[in-house]
Formats: sequence, structure tokens, C-alpha cells
Amino acid sequence: MGVVIRVENVSKQYRLGTISRRMLYQDVQSGFARMLGRPDPHEKITEGGAARPAIGGISDYLWALREVSFDVNEGDVVGIIGRNGSGKSTLLKILSRITAPTEGRVFLKGRVACLLEVGTGFHPELTGRDNIYLNGSILGMTRAEITRKFDEIVDFSGVEKFIDTPVKRYSSGMTVRLAFAVAANLEPEILVIDEVLAVGDAAFQKKCLGKMSAVAREGRTILFVSHQSAAVENLCSRGIMLEGGGLRFDGTQTEALRFYANSTGNYDGLLRDRTDRKGTGDIRITAIEFRDTRGNRINTMASGQDVDVLLYFENITSRPWPNLLVSITVKNQLDVPVFIHGNLYTGDTFGESIPSSGAFVCRLHKLPLPTSAYRLDFLIRSQARGAEVLDWMDSAIEMPVEGGDFFGSGQVPPMIDGICLADGSWRLTAETTPDAAEPQLVPG
Amino acid sequence: MSDTPHASAPAEEPIQWTEIITPQQGWFDVRLGEIWQYRDLIWQFFRRDFVSSYRQTVLGPLWFVLPPLFTTLVMAVVFGGVAKVSTDGVPHILFFLLGVTAWNYFASCLTRTATTFTGNAGLFGKVYFPRLTVPVSVVLNNLATFGIQFAIFLVIFLYQWHAGAPVAPNWRMVLLPILLVQMGALGLGLGCMVSALTTRYRDFGMLVSFGVQLWMYVSCVVFPLSSVSPGLRWLFILNPMVPIIESFRFAFLGKGVIEIWQLALSFGMSGVFLFLGLLMFHHVERTFTDTV
Repeated sequence: MGVVIRVENVSKQYRLGTISRRMLYQDVQSGFARMLGRPDPHEKITEGGAARPAIGGISDYLWALREVSFDVNEGDVVGIIGRNGSGKSTLLKILSRITAPTEGRVFLKGRVACLLEVGTGFHPELTGRDNIYLNGSILGMTRAEITRKFDEIVDFSGVEKFIDTPVKRYSSGMTVRLAFAVAANLEPEILVIDEVLAVGDAAFQKKCLGKMSAVAREGRTILFVSHQSAAVENLCSRGIMLEGGGLRFDGTQTEALRFYANSTGNYDGLLRDRTDRKGTGDIRITAIEFRDTRGNRINTMASGQDVDVLLYFENITSRPWPNLLVSITVKNQLDVPVFIHGNLYTGDTFGESIPSSGAFVCRLHKLPLPTSAYRLDFLIRSQARGAEVLDWMDSAIEMPVEGGDFFGSGQVPPMIDGICLADGSWRLTAETTPDAAEPQLVPG
Repeated sequence: MSDTPHASAPAEEPIQWTEIITPQQGWFDVRLGEIWQYRDLIWQFFRRDFVSSYRQTVLGPLWFVLPPLFTTLVMAVVFGGVAKVSTDGVPHILFFLLGVTAWNYFASCLTRTATTFTGNAGLFGKVYFPRLTVPVSVVLNNLATFGIQFAIFLVIFLYQWHAGAPVAPNWRMVLLPILLVQMGALGLGLGCMVSALTTRYRDFGMLVSFGVQLWMYVSCVVFPLSSVSPGLRWLFILNPMVPIIESFRFAFLGKGVIEIWQLALSFGMSGVFLFLGLLMFHHVERTFTDTV
């Protein structure tokens, strides 16, 4: 079992902001400086892995990946996990040669196929048959290979009848199935896959994941970039976790997922030093805390529990703030908002004079969340000042929900059966269906 | 090769890597061999563009030949009829059709390769393949279109010859492949340069679309070089398209002022542009997704 992928100190820097007229001038200056062997007058000095913050907290450069190194052995099935913005996609793009690293090197042994999207390059005017050849060629297959695999691809896609119909007449589901069928029949030594590939309806998704695990069992090397950790947990033998562009954990997939669940995100709720926020900052959230109804601080809450969310703030202004709108959004692991809660909806107000510091408190009655990990966004707006955003932060704090007895019955449905819980009750009545008593409406 | 073992790994025999991804490759590391490996893809792109270009049109493949015919007609009326531009005694239709067909091939090579990066950003951002396959397939595509349009020219040429016009098939026509290669190289080279620059500065895209129009008027498409005053000819010779268009006339219509050194100069310029274009294209292709 030799090493087939070696990632060596790979870093990737992006330049932020728009391309402006000044840039041509700057580029020419930098170019001349390079030619003359002088230091680039426009190079930003960075240290400690973070972009140097310029005035206003916005820097021109961002390190999407910072000195990432790891080896992958032949036959490894590696899951790459991490939050949005952790550098997963950048790593994927570098491995697939879509973009070059800024520093470091990647060594590869064997043919690599990267699937970031299915149906890349599909042309709507061409028939299914033509598109199989086109898409296959784009993915690096030769004509002979595609011809050899053709029947298998058509079989897998289940669109035999329409193979000579232009793809623009296909339903979106058919297009996706055909596209995945091509991708699934690639035979590279190393496969790099973005998990969003498992698309389509539930049945086809299952087929896709089945195909992927079959490929994994064949002993091929697979790198899986995972967004929903559960789906690939069984597939991967190894897990790599990225955070903030750096490699945080490298171990078995189960360990990596546990590490991910425990270590990512903010549990202490201190936000004073976080810069990933937007808004004027006139009123700024400095910390978030969860409390039970007795006022005890809690880090983990239970389904069905009453929870107070305290948003500690600082107000650097002395002006009145009529109509201040504060809201929190709870998102699940897939970044899907489960609910939003704000004083706009409850009709509560805070009064015009906001003290220089204090806390906005949101009481959530009977937490309708099944056991899982959640995150909380907050937003403070001033309705009086043209809906101006004062402070906003995405994923400000982790909000782990574990156990609990929502229905008071000891039974709680798992997250997979629904992303939120609804209070209610069941009974039986003797009433019959209304349409059995009334005459049927005949259309026309 | 500095593929030294990893710091953590014990000294082992070096692994035979098949691919090393590095931050910045040298300017001259253009891997043309890779293009050959992806020849099936070039064929697929070629086929896609050819098959899909006139789908769902009433006139279908007629669109390959209608534009040059109508352009020729308008030119024959405006420049030949109204402005009384000299055509060196060649029938107007042949004079303009030849110029337009040749020019169209070049212009289309240039304008369509110039949008390689901006037009394919979505595709390029999702999968790797040698980016040069796209412009190469575009040139081949234009070559095929030229073939069809040129066949029309030949038909009219033979008819005119038969009808007694002062033209006749001759040995100079063997120049054609050289001229085609040269125009393809020039169009591809300039197109690659523009497409590389457009990834950062969209201005160049704008420049091409009307620049090509203007260029046509100074490339002896609508008038022969012989009608240019001798004092100004040297300026026209610096335009690499002038010797090419004149050579076309020389080869097919027996007219045209062209000297071998002029053609050689144009050929050399095309080569230089192709070389520079490939270098710039290659320099940009590895990171363009970050800036486009």
C-alpha cells in the first residue's frame, strides 16, 4: 500500500474585492518590481495564518488554505469534513487542478478524476448519446473507453428510450441520472468526489451512494468531501477535518466526526474578538449565553426544554434606538434554517433608550428541536434607520441539543424523521369523511 | 525533481509520481503533449459546436453559406458599385467573396478563441482538462466552416472561369494550406492573448469585438493593395493579414501585389503571436478561476 496522494504544505491565497482600474496599474508596478528583483510594493505582509486586517477590518487577501499536509495511501477512502469556509472546496479545487496552490505542492500517482458536479458540459441541444460522449471526454475518458462502457452507462441511468432525444427535452431528474451514470463509470485510480453529487430523488440517491460504496470496496482511492457527515460515515475509513484553512484532525472517520462535533464552533459564546460579522457596530453583541429557567448557565439543552438565550451587547452610541429589531436564527448541520425568532414577530419592544451594555433575552418555550447539533445566527437591525444592520453574525455559537422529553412520553423522534418537533396530541372520533355523505363533484 | 520523502516518513525509495501540482509553473512549460492525449475531447467539442450551431433553425446548414454570400453582395454593391473600388479587373463577386471568406475564417478564430476563459468559466471551474483543447477545437471548427464557404467560392469560381472571366485554376493554389495554417495560428495566438488578458480586464473583450471590424477595413479585404499609394504600402505590410489576403488573391485570382519576403514577414509575425499567445494562455489557465 504505497502513498498515492501527498499534499505538502499547501496554501492558497485569494485576493478579495473587485478588480478595479487601479489594479492594472498595480499589476504593472508589481511586474516591474519582480523583473528588477525588488520587493513587490503591493504585497501584503501576513503572519500567523490570518489575513492582515486592513482599516475597517477588511483585508485584501484571504488564506483559504494554510499549510495543509497529509498523505493518502492506495485504497484509502478519506472523508474531508469541515464547516463552510474551512477550505474543503479549495482543497478539492487544488487536487483537481482547477486552480493552482499559492504555496506547497501536491504529488499524485495515477489517473485522477474529480467530480465536483455532475453533467459538467452537458449541451441541451445534443442527444443523450452525444452528451455521454461529450461529458465522458470532459471527464478524461477516451472515446474507446466510453464506447466500451456505453451500455452500462445507459443501463444505470435508466433513460434507454430517450437516448437519441436532445437532453433539453429531458426532465431535470433524467438529466441528473444520465450525468451521474457517466460519472459513476469513470475508472480512475484516484477519485475525488464532492458529496453533493448524490443527487436526485431518494431512490436514485440510494443508488448513487450504493455505487460509491461499491467503488470504495473495489480498493480504489477515494477522497470524499462531505457536507452531511452521516451519509458518508460508513463509506470512509479515514477522516480529515479542516478548520479555518488548516488541518485540524486526521484519524478514522468516526473519530474525525466526533472531533468535529466537539471541537468546531464556539461553545464559550464569547464574540468580542470575532471579525466575521457585518453591520455598523453601533450596537454589538459581545457574548451569547444559554440559561435554563432557573437562571443556570447551560451549554447543552434538551428537546422540549424552556431556554433563555442571552445576547450580551455593548452600545457605543448615546442616541435613542426606537424600533430595534433583534432576531436569532437556528440552523441545523446542513445550514438549513430551522426557525427564526425575533421581537418583530413576537411584538415585543425594548424601549428607545438602550443602555451602554446589557443583554437581549429571548425565551424559547418548549424547544422544538430533536437531538442534534445546531448553530445560531443573530441579527440586530434598526427599523427606524432604514433597516440598517447594526450587527450580524453567521454561526455565532453552537447550540447542541441532546436528549429531553418533548412530548412528555419519553418518546422522541430522531432527527432523520423530521428537522423539528411539533407539539400536539392524537385522539379518535366517530365522524366519517365529509365526502362520503355529500355527492361527488363531477368536473366539467 | 525534488520529490523528497515526507518529513515524517522514513527514508524510502522515491515514489514514481505521475503528476506534481506546483504553485507556479515556468512560462515555457506549455504541455502540448497533453493536448494530444485529449484529442478525443477536441473532437467532441468540435462535434458539439458543429452539430448544435444551427439546431432549431429553419434554414439549418444554409446558415454556413448565407452570411458570406450576403456580405459579398452588399460589398459588391457598396464598394464595387457605388464607391467604384478597383478590383484589379477581377469580377466583383469573386474578389469580395474570396476576401470575405478568408477574413471570416481569421476573424472567427480570433473572436471565438478570445472568449475561451470568460465563456467557459463555469465548465473550467468544475473540471480539469487542458484548457487549450477549447481554442484548438474552435479553430478546427472554423476550418470546417471555411471549407464549406470555400466550396461555394470554388463553385462560383469555376462557373466564372467557364463563362470566360479572366481567372483560371493554377498551381499557385497550393498556397492555400499554408495560408490557412498561418491564419489559424494568428487567430489562435491573438485570441489566446486576449482571452488570457480578459480574465482580469474585461476591457480586452470589448476591444476585440469592434477591433476586428476596424481591422477588416485596413486588411485589404474590400480593396486591393495595389490601390494603396506606394508610399503607404509599407505600413499595410506590417499588418500580417494584408499579405495573407493578397496571397489569396494572388493564388486564386492571379492578381495581388505580394512579395515572398512580405509573406515570410507575416508568417513570422503569426508564429510570434501564436507563441506569445500560448505562453500567456498557459500562464493564466492555472489560476484564472480565482480572478475571472
